Amino acid sequence: MQKYSVFSLVKNAFSNHENWDLAWKDPTPKNEYDVVIIGGGGHGLATAYYLAKEHNITNVAIIEKGWIGGGNVGRNTTIIRSNYMHDENALFSEFGMDLWRRMSQDLNYNVMFSPRGIINLAHSDAQMNTYARRGNSMRLNGIDAVLLNREEVKEIIPMADFSENVRFPIFGGLMQPSAGTARHDAVAWGYARQADDMGVDIIQNCEVIGFDVSAGKINGVRTSRGDIKAKKIGLCVAGSTNILAEKLNMTLPIETHLLQACVSEPVKPVLDKVVTFGAGHFYISQSDKGEMVMGGDLDGYNSYAQRGNLPTLQHVLTEGIAMMPFLSKLKMLRTWGGIMDMSMDGSPIIDKTHIEGLYLNCGWCYGGFKATPASGWTFAHTIAQDRVHELNAGYSLNRFNTGHLLDEKGLGTKTWIS
Amino acid sequence: MLHIKCPHCGMRSQNEFSYGGDATVKRPELGEEISDHDWDNFVYNRKSLRGKHWELWQHLSGCRQWIKVQRDTATHEIFKTLKANEDIS
Repeated sequence: MQKYSVFSLVKNAFSNHENWDLAWKDPTPKNEYDVVIIGGGGHGLATAYYLAKEHNITNVAIIEKGWIGGGNVGRNTTIIRSNYMHDENALFSEFGMDLWRRMSQDLNYNVMFSPRGIINLAHSDAQMNTYARRGNSMRLNGIDAVLLNREEVKEIIPMADFSENVRFPIFGGLMQPSAGTARHDAVAWGYARQADDMGVDIIQNCEVIGFDVSAGKINGVRTSRGDIKAKKIGLCVAGSTNILAEKLNMTLPIETHLLQACVSEPVKPVLDKVVTFGAGHFYISQSDKGEMVMGGDLDGYNSYAQRGNLPTLQHVLTEGIAMMPFLSKLKMLRTWGGIMDMSMDGSPIIDKTHIEGLYLNCGWCYGGFKATPASGWTFAHTIAQDRVHELNAGYSLNRFNTGHLLDEKGLGTKTWIS
Repeated sequence: MLHIKCPHCGMRSQNEFSYGGDATVKRPELGEEISDHDWDNFVYNRKSLRGKHWELWQHLSGCRQWIKVQRDTATHEIFKTLKANEDIS
């Protein structure tokens, strides 16, 4: 593989950039693989990459119905963080933060990881107490957390509404300085390019039609491009999890919902942090191009539409304007939607299933993008070793049966519906 | 914007309603012996169909009645609405 560097850039400039290698091939599916990963999003690509890199399993195919990077990995708001209270979520995410810090070097691809910090705003004394507790939990797990008072927040984000007469005054906030953003497309492309180089077949435009299961064991998958045999199959299909589960006669603790995001017209640098509104569901950051990148609530009813409805967007942006009034002056450039695999306790599932050789990776709710490397790493381990790693042991499928829910916010079932 | 025909009030905009999830889920009978599996199916497990989906909505800013709506989860087309006590045929 051609290494990307300043030298290769200069060298290719002399030939008008016409001689770059393809970043990944377009192979015809083979009849059989050791492992087939369904879903060519961030998690699927990362899983294939770590299967090859960490476990030396290279007879692997990724099959993707659409194209690489066309699903949620290209639709999210690119936020990376590990500001969780529960050990399972915190340790898993912080492991991921380490992978993020090294990712550009690892993949020889600039993912533009920008650890600019995230601030969760608090709007009451009670919320400050909750944040203090969460911050302490984070620090006990080795994650950086700083509790900010009103003046300290004002210093960092003076454009937020600090006037006296507001419905949700800013009392302070919890900051994770090492959190940040990355360029989401580059993450997909970087993993794809390295996985391809190590021998993984990336098969696009290949839809799963059904599965070949006999005697409780997976034998292969039927696709729009023919039957493919596989010893092991991993599902990484996010919002399409329920559709494939139905083909496997499985009913999962997952509901599929639509989440919207939007960007404003580009403006000069104004915000160098990721900020979340604490009295509702709204988050914002500024992209390198200057657009304000914003998102918030689910549309609120089961949806596979991949496009959003106006009332939710209106609601979310109302929260945004309440938090940062200058947003009302901006024109909206684009809005879009993606379909989320919302798990019943708000935490993901990375586990084996009752079918031998079939592995499940789903339930990412709002937090799939930041989990990409850790999810791929632990899912690759789970598939290669046929047992969960201690990092994803808490993300079991049967926790809903045993009662060991990972309910980060303590809201009970369907934490995302409130 | 969805337009939902409330069986009590007529056609209203989505803003007046709140969502209540899959309408085909049945609470296990009171007083019966229930397996963990049945309870899981009631509390957590959902088919989350792509296509025609019977779901509960509440006309929160209207008559406050719960209703059943059959909607396509991919196109948002609404086929039918029923009162809460009417059976899905």
